[in-house]
Amino acid sequence: MPRIFETPIYPYQRSADQDAGARRRHKVVVVGAGPVGLVTAIDLARQGVPVIVVDENDKVSFGSRAICFAKRPLEILDRLGCGQQMVDKGVTWNLGKVFFHDREIYSFNLLPGQGHRRPAFINLQQYHFEKFLVDHIRAMQAQGAPIEIRGRNKVSAIGLHDDHVTLEIDTPEGPYNLDAEWLIACDGANSPIRKMLGLGFSGQVFQDNFLIADVVMEAEFPTERWFWFDPPFNRGQSALLHKQPDNVWRIDMQLGWDINREHELKPENIRRRLHAMLGEDAKFELEWTSIYTFRCARMERFRKGRVLFAGDSAHQVSPFGARGANSGIQDADNLAWKLRAVINGQAPEALLDSYCDEREQAADENILNSTRSTEFITPKSEISHIFRDAVLDLAEHHEFARPLVNSGRLSVPTIHDGSPLNGPDAEGLPPETRPGAPAIDAPLGEGWLLDRLGDGFRLLAIGIDVPDELAGIEVVQVAADESDALAEHWLGGAGRALYLIRPDQHVAARWLEYDRDAIAAAHERALGRQ
Amino acid sequence: MPPQLTLTANIPDPDDFYEALLAAHEGLSKAESDALNARLILLLANHVGDPAILREALRQASRKPAS
Repeated sequence: MPRIFETPIYPYQRSADQDAGARRRHKVVVVGAGPVGLVTAIDLARQGVPVIVVDENDKVSFGSRAICFAKRPLEILDRLGCGQQMVDKGVTWNLGKVFFHDREIYSFNLLPGQGHRRPAFINLQQYHFEKFLVDHIRAMQAQGAPIEIRGRNKVSAIGLHDDHVTLEIDTPEGPYNLDAEWLIACDGANSPIRKMLGLGFSGQVFQDNFLIADVVMEAEFPTERWFWFDPPFNRGQSALLHKQPDNVWRIDMQLGWDINREHELKPENIRRRLHAMLGEDAKFELEWTSIYTFRCARMERFRKGRVLFAGDSAHQVSPFGARGANSGIQDADNLAWKLRAVINGQAPEALLDSYCDEREQAADENILNSTRSTEFITPKSEISHIFRDAVLDLAEHHEFARPLVNSGRLSVPTIHDGSPLNGPDAEGLPPETRPGAPAIDAPLGEGWLLDRLGDGFRLLAIGIDVPDELAGIEVVQVAADESDALAEHWLGGAGRALYLIRPDQHVAARWLEYDRDAIAAAHERALGRQ
Repeated sequence: MPPQLTLTANIPDPDDFYEALLAAHEGLSKAESDALNARLILLLANHVGDPAILREALRQASRKPAS
């Protein structure tokens, strides 16, 4: 049986653009049908913005690649109507174990806080993730949504103009041209679009190689994240074991810098390494193997005129912390509503600069976290090695040292403090829902707060009546005592509060008293209109 | 006044402490001593906790000895 990533799921089909005499102009073209490109396209199309996704390939990701999807991206998928499939298929895990040499030194529990619909993480192969997104697009198309995926359409040239971008696209039947009012480049860390435009991508290259092996095996290991520092089966290096659906296990082994790549990639050598780790009797099949190196880098600016960069094309991190795909999905979440508002004439183009401001801030945060993890996992000097081992030795016996252990700081959303879109804050309300923060879920009756918020501008009024209709803002009225989680994260000690929530479910501003003019002003600001 | 790094004498019996510090390293290899020092620094840093004091201690420790 062919594997899911060997079957074309958006095979090449000739499009009308190829037969049109003149070049046709489209609203939005997304380059790259990976997780970020597909999520961006879905978000735009479901709000009525016509979008075409082009990809040089016609299949989902080869091999599983990204596997950990965090709570906030799952909530974004819920907003887009395709979170449940992911969670149903994914493996939910909470327990992480840390090993040093030949012993377990401690374990940690990600214990989902009470009152959240979604777990802290699920593990799901990237090919499943992409397949669910493509299925969702097919369902949207059946409902008439303006979205199209063009497989084996490879952008070969790009031209920038004031109000559009020209594209030359290669297909199995030869090239054709089209114009796009907006182009979103989600074409990965080696982004051909970025290269064609001659835009820089600078940062730190890490001198290390890692072997990924996804193996299919019936194993008794529990559904936990196991991380080894300097284990007997991989002396002086690290290793990671993680479970994915369908009995696929992710094994990630640090190899060091001076390796013979071809030698290490030979199946017999990979099998030898895996047997040393899993036991001589372990029975497994190699599904996908790869050796990767990485860098922490980003573009200086995520926008160049009518071209916007999202996901790995704009920023790249080490894999520690699962901050690649997760941050890319949050790029999409941040960008889609802004682009829609600009296209619909509700907001000036300058709103898109706030996409850069906010997501560059997030990229810096992710790069900082992932660089620190890398420094801990692969110490680069004698003294950093000494301190690293001292932390691990102490962590076995003392709780205090465990927060210093850094096997990856797992992806959490960025709070956009200082964003130009943020309006006023109110004293006394909880810090976790301050302006710039993503909305924190809470149970409301039979449902969830985030579902009630949806994806337009909302005024969340907790324990207070809103007497007016507000232009462009829908009021979501809830009682102050509807749930403990609501009170904890949204009220603190206050008896009432008003929150202006953006379409990407981030807090724009908040107040203790109703003030129609202040709300209208914050709405203007959140749309970049002042 | 925020808490400050204590730079006046604060160890009741300095000779006892110094002897104990050296005794802890007695018979250790260089690598073992380095590891002990690292653990000691981490234990004491956690005990202090206050980021401003830790920063000040790092600053004072980083001053080049007068030549």
